[in-house]
Amino acid sequence: MSLQKDVIIGLEVHIQLTNLKTKLFCSCSNDYRGTEPNSHVCPICIGLPGSLPVVNKKAIEFATRIAIALNCKINKSMYFFRKNYFYVDLPKGFQISQYNRAGGRAFADGGQITLKLNSHKKDIILNRIHLEEDPARLVHKGSIATSPYTLVDYNRSGVTLIEIVTEPVIGSPEEAREFLKQVKSIVQYSGISSLDLEGSVRVDANISIKGHERSEVKNINSFKEVERALRHEIVRQKNQLKRGKELIQETRHWDDKRRITISLRTKEFEADYRYFPEQDLVPIEIDNNFIQKVKDELPEMPSERSLRLRRDYNLSDFDSDNLVLDKDIADFYEEGVNSDALFGTNEYKQYCNWLMNDVSRVLNEQNKTIKDTKLHPHQIVDIIRHINEGKITTKIAKNIIDDMIDGFSISEILEMKGKKRISDENLLEKLGIEVIEENSKIVKDCRVNPKAIEALIGRVMQKTKGQADPHITRTIILELLKEKGITE
Amino acid sequence: MRLHKFMAHELFEKIRSKEISILELIESCFERIEETDHLLHSFVNLSKEKAIKKAKLLDNNLKKGKKIGKLYGLPIANKDLICVKDFPTTCSSKILKDYRPPYNAFVIEHLIEQEGAIHIGNTNMDEFAMGSSTENSCYGPTNNPWDLTHVPGGSSGGSAASIASGQAILALGSDTGGSIRCPASFCGVVGLKPTYGRVSRYGLVAFANSLDQIGPITKCVYDSALMLEIMSGKDPLDSTSVDIRVDKYTQELKKPIDKKILGIPEEFFGDGIDSEVHRAVKDAINKLENLGAKIMEVSIPHLEYTVATYYLLCMSEASSNLARYDGLRYGIMSDNLSGDVYDVFSRTRSENFGPEVRRRIFLGTYALSAGYYDMFYIKALKVRSLIKNDFDEAFKRCDSIVCPTMPTTAFKLGQFIDDPLQMYIADILTCPVNLAGIPALSIPCGFDNNGLPIGFQIIGNFFDEKGILNIGYQLEQELNIYRKIAPVTKGG
Repeated sequence: MSLQKDVIIGLEVHIQLTNLKTKLFCSCSNDYRGTEPNSHVCPICIGLPGSLPVVNKKAIEFATRIAIALNCKINKSMYFFRKNYFYVDLPKGFQISQYNRAGGRAFADGGQITLKLNSHKKDIILNRIHLEEDPARLVHKGSIATSPYTLVDYNRSGVTLIEIVTEPVIGSPEEAREFLKQVKSIVQYSGISSLDLEGSVRVDANISIKGHERSEVKNINSFKEVERALRHEIVRQKNQLKRGKELIQETRHWDDKRRITISLRTKEFEADYRYFPEQDLVPIEIDNNFIQKVKDELPEMPSERSLRLRRDYNLSDFDSDNLVLDKDIADFYEEGVNSDALFGTNEYKQYCNWLMNDVSRVLNEQNKTIKDTKLHPHQIVDIIRHINEGKITTKIAKNIIDDMIDGFSISEILEMKGKKRISDENLLEKLGIEVIEENSKIVKDCRVNPKAIEALIGRVMQKTKGQADPHITRTIILELLKEKGITE
Repeated sequence: MRLHKFMAHELFEKIRSKEISILELIESCFERIEETDHLLHSFVNLSKEKAIKKAKLLDNNLKKGKKIGKLYGLPIANKDLICVKDFPTTCSSKILKDYRPPYNAFVIEHLIEQEGAIHIGNTNMDEFAMGSSTENSCYGPTNNPWDLTHVPGGSSGGSAASIASGQAILALGSDTGGSIRCPASFCGVVGLKPTYGRVSRYGLVAFANSLDQIGPITKCVYDSALMLEIMSGKDPLDSTSVDIRVDKYTQELKKPIDKKILGIPEEFFGDGIDSEVHRAVKDAINKLENLGAKIMEVSIPHLEYTVATYYLLCMSEASSNLARYDGLRYGIMSDNLSGDVYDVFSRTRSENFGPEVRRRIFLGTYALSAGYYDMFYIKALKVRSLIKNDFDEAFKRCDSIVCPTMPTTAFKLGQFIDDPLQMYIADILTCPVNLAGIPALSIPCGFDNNGLPIGFQIIGNFFDEKGILNIGYQLEQELNIYRKIAPVTKGG
């Protein structure tokens, strides 16, 4: 029997609606990242006696958007529920959430995402989605295990989460990866969240081998970790069975440092959350007009867009599916190819290749999104024109793409290339130290804003009249900041 | 000058006409408190300095001819679970010792900040409003001002005692199953529980959030109507507050009641009702008939299930509402920090909640647990809707329902302290009103042979505070006992 057929996986994906301005039940700012701890709090989100929650209407709209995008059936009337448990991150002693039992209803039921696997398509059926509030953030000195204390930052307390629960229909870690890729894409198109932000995603996974008890793995804190955690847990379960040990129903914790799962508790010690209706809130009522209005305002979703790109630009299935995954890349593509009326099928394909191969490679290397760069869609048009007119070779073009991403035009780059590039590390380090000393405000900014480093690189460029090698300069400045303890 | 015998609206006129100064009034209240509170123990925290400062300021502003609020200069006592910014608000619980909220409750904002009432202190109560005698307070009990050996009722016992004894002119209470009406009845004052959603609960520390309402406790119906006019209305910070027009309650009081149909539910006059209470309430009903009201027999057939239903629901809700008191962010934390965080939470809570609160948290937690939820909580919700239906049916046939507030007059201190079930049963005539979410008024209608007050309850349909205040006012004028001030002595 193959590995794939006997594995059953179900996922619970928690996504912060980072594009909201305020929290789910109060008017505190939703944007807690890089803020002074416990500065974005009020009587409501720290659960002071006498405070009452009020639902953020925009959060309902955002949940409606994602429910529509995932083809869920939205419930027309529903309550919030209280999920009761004690923990330091939960200021009220309960989390306001939703529940689809005990007389409760989820925000929306059902829905699906269609995956295109190597040889076939597969529908991943969703069980439900619901809204809930995020607990506070716990901060440890070093690792959880060795930290002498836990600090609690309530800035995150009350931030909106949407939970997407699948049926147990995912057959392998690879399928899970593909599923999450699509989720990420749909969330981006829905405009509800930026999943690149740290901590914006948390996944719990239910994993079992057919015919045996399941385990629930908690605390998987990024999409990338999911595949890894699943692989580990499947191997662990199979090894248990090979040794003749039966599996038990349990909750396990993903330790992303050691990359193993650790048993937290077995079934008989499962918490009883005593769900019951939150009567400080009136039922949420959603009518068809509202759903239609939200639907009308949603942009084209990735699957439709892929179909259209195939049609409009004669792209292959593979190219169009990949191109639409990241909405910003797809927008970039369409702006680029449409800016030159002379472009045809060949150029459409060329543009796609440049974007998906060369530009994506640099973005990955620099861990950036296309919006983080100064690259303009017209620059790729320029490259293609230069190549097709025989002005530069493909090889040269590939060599200058890094500089283009830093915002230089082809002519600027060619001019610079003509000059001597400064790559003397001692000299650049000296300049780097100068720049850091002269620009304390920017350096301070680097603590919270990783993009601020660009400004420092720019200062070195100014000092060398654009001749400093940007990559060496970047490496040197990063190291200098690290030495100073500014960045990690 | 002794000012405590006057009604709030009368004092307002004296202030406006400059017959008395606000400072005189405030000082008179504090004199009365000094004279009586060592016997009564109505207050748990006084705000004398601030009150006197504000009195002087208001006197000055009045002299300068500034615009004055509707409660300008009137002293108000606040129940110890309604948040007053920077003032200890402790729910008479050790666990909130010295807790000072950083914000004002909606009602405080309106009565005090906007309309010029002066906060004189917070009053004693059963811990987290759990009780009917004000004996479950971490500060010790309050005594009944008509006979110090009796309880004042609860849980708003301090507020009711302060009004009955003339320590305060206006007071705030909260009513979850009778906590305004019970002490109003036992102390011989007026207490109103508004319709659920009429008054914002923002800043009211929750006991059972689907039942709690804030209401006024005053010497006379007019003063309650006056307070309610100010306290009512939609608050964007309380989703359950309702956006329905607020009537001019004070202007409706004098309307004749000869067109009114009063419902008498026989279940409310059953075996457990003390004969003297029975007689006094029947006499009052006769007086209302004499004023032209028609009497109609109605029925609340599910009354016998209300106490069980009420306690299941309020305990379930309380078990969740009180989960936040873990000592981590505010209030008291156990001195013993050994063990893990759950050990510290448990210790903090066991050491600092009183026995009645612990009992209710245990029972409520049990009722919400897996396997019991359907049997208890869901079933109680179903009975709740049956009781609501009973009232709906009754109000098809009558305008208001009249009955006793409490089955007896004030019982002795300590009489039921070891028998919680007996204490719970005393709520039988008040808690159905909270389950239905409708308004009810208690006014004094006489005294028993021991000189203890008897309460008369008028229950209205949703948002018909206007109707019950009108009936209450007419009866009050007819009975004309509302000016009696409690003697603050041991009874004969």
